[in-house]
Amino acid sequence: MTLLADGGWHRLHPATPLLKGGIAFIAILGIIVANLRERLIEWIVPGADCPPEVCEEDPITIILDRYLVPALLGIAVLIVVIVALFWVSWRMHTFRVTDEVVEVRSGVLFRSHRKARLDRVQGINISRPLFARIFGAARLEISAAGSDANVQLAYLSSANADGLRAEILARAGGIRRRAVADAAAAAVDDPAAVSVVDETGAAPAPANLSELARQRLAEFAAPELDPALAPPQSVVTMHVGRLVGSTVLSVSTIVFVLAISGTLIGVSFTGAGYYAFFGLIPMLFGLGSYLVNRIVKSLRYSIAATPDGIRVGFGLLSTSNETIPPGRIHAVEISQELLWRPFDWWTVRVNLASHSSAKGAAGQQNTTILPVGSRAEVLRVLELVLPALVTDETRLLIESGLAPARPDDGFTTSPRRAAVLRWFSWRRNGFLLHPDAVVLRRGAVWRSLSVVPTARAQSVEITQGPLDRALRVAGVRWHTVTGPVTAGIGALDAADASALFRDAAAAGVAAIRDDSSHRWGSA
Amino acid sequence: MTDAAPTASARLDPVPGEWQRVSPKYIVVSLVSDVIAGVVVTAASTLPAWLLHWGEWWWALPVVVGAVSIVLAALAPRRVRSIGYLLREDDLLFRRGIMFQRFVAVPFGRMQLVDITRGPLARALGLAELKLVTAAAATGVVIPGLTLASAEELRDHLVALAETRRAGL
Repeated sequence: MTLLADGGWHRLHPATPLLKGGIAFIAILGIIVANLRERLIEWIVPGADCPPEVCEEDPITIILDRYLVPALLGIAVLIVVIVALFWVSWRMHTFRVTDEVVEVRSGVLFRSHRKARLDRVQGINISRPLFARIFGAARLEISAAGSDANVQLAYLSSANADGLRAEILARAGGIRRRAVADAAAAAVDDPAAVSVVDETGAAPAPANLSELARQRLAEFAAPELDPALAPPQSVVTMHVGRLVGSTVLSVSTIVFVLAISGTLIGVSFTGAGYYAFFGLIPMLFGLGSYLVNRIVKSLRYSIAATPDGIRVGFGLLSTSNETIPPGRIHAVEISQELLWRPFDWWTVRVNLASHSSAKGAAGQQNTTILPVGSRAEVLRVLELVLPALVTDETRLLIESGLAPARPDDGFTTSPRRAAVLRWFSWRRNGFLLHPDAVVLRRGAVWRSLSVVPTARAQSVEITQGPLDRALRVAGVRWHTVTGPVTAGIGALDAADASALFRDAAAAGVAAIRDDSSHRWGSA
Repeated sequence: MTDAAPTASARLDPVPGEWQRVSPKYIVVSLVSDVIAGVVVTAASTLPAWLLHWGEWWWALPVVVGAVSIVLAALAPRRVRSIGYLLREDDLLFRRGIMFQRFVAVPFGRMQLVDITRGPLARALGLAELKLVTAAAATGVVIPGLTLASAEELRDHLVALAETRRAGL
């Protein structure tokens, strides 16, 4: 229970203007320094004077010679105004969390008031950029469905952000603990709590500087995933060696290496001179920064099942972690790059209704919830994502979805005549309809397995073009919210496809009736 | 894997039933828009031969384009007749297309909003177009050629049904 969720209005972390404007301030300072380079050198080394005809014309010289006092006054006023504006904007930026909604009021001249229903929360992300981490601050983003529908609380103090998220998720899930009701009642009784409270007031303020430093250090050294949050058996962490290997064997790395070796060969054959090698340097830098970026961003990666949904966290210096409540994942795809096949590595992508501004691990979209994992890990992630689907009976079926096709593996596959359309994959191309989800297995060269929970599919479609008709096949597709996963399967026997369409439509209707995931905690 | 013997009809008909068809007056709307599109595209395809002087052979292009447009326009009545919808207990089925057949099932609980739009020609004929929107952009169910009264009735019916079967996203 955190005081921030007591139903009263609160302000953000007092360092917010600095954290938000810090980078911009440094950039402006950089531009000024770059432009005054000559003058700075002149100040430091008096002998290095600029040519008189340039200095005479220079507007800065004119200002320094004639209008020094007004210029300084102007700058001072500007700074005071900027600081005052930031302060007013911080004063006016307040938020409140009640049992039903989260509200944010912001803006000075153009006021905005955003209200988001808690039972429509699609996910909550807490990110801590390195700069903010030094100040012990964190950014909390509550995602709702649709574009630009997110509620951002930037910045809160680190501990408060975690507590607030747990509280919002508990309320969104319909877990109405007694403590919550009691505290809310107490907050109404206490007149101080009704007025706007500074965000820092909720956390015990450190007594002195050394204690503050110790507290920061403890925060830095703390494990990325709080062990109390999820039982260890429900945590999947990423192997660093696998991450490096998978990055090196990815298509983009290979394109890079081919480009570099192509340049080398070209240079050595045409004899264009060794100057051409300098052209390689930016490429090598590009490759190096890509690899390092991808790997550093995914260090300390973990995905865990918490009572309030799946938590995906990662990051060494800047950290980010997102909690996706149950029933917010609209489609899952397990796929692998061609060169990963010998190692049996897979990647897991999902479709989400919200668009978080936070990036996912490995610098990819936040829809890539597992950048790389072994088959066992992928199955465990799928189990976390869709606990109803992956049971002991279906585990073998799902696992066979990642393997080459066998005649009796439970999937209904394309007929032999569909080989015209699916040259290599017609044996593998198939589906499995489970009451909770539909499983689609596709591709022989680029293998993939898509899973759409029937409670999330928006509509079902069956299509047949002229070529399909000649071959007596048809395709079925599930429409989900926009994302990297398209759930469709083509070249099925027309009768199978028709039956699948009928069954999927019926399963969708039944799933809607039974679905209670918008209040996952009350069930 | 079912390698069944070819059935009498290779066409898809996954859900047999009494499909509601759209108004025959919509053929006029479809035909007029086909003819306008055909004329514009054919006129544009004469440009290489006429203005750019690419050669005599380029006159073949407008001939081909014109012929295709005529065939498409001639198929308009069949295309319109292929459009249909079916209200079931918990979902709405929509079908269209002859060459490229498409059937969509939208559960009532998934509808986010129902739109009625009317173009100038359709309005002159007393027709309206009903559009169903779900959280998935790909659903794309647009039932054209309904009379305004039936479109409004259907909209109200669908909204009422969606309300009783409401679900999360």
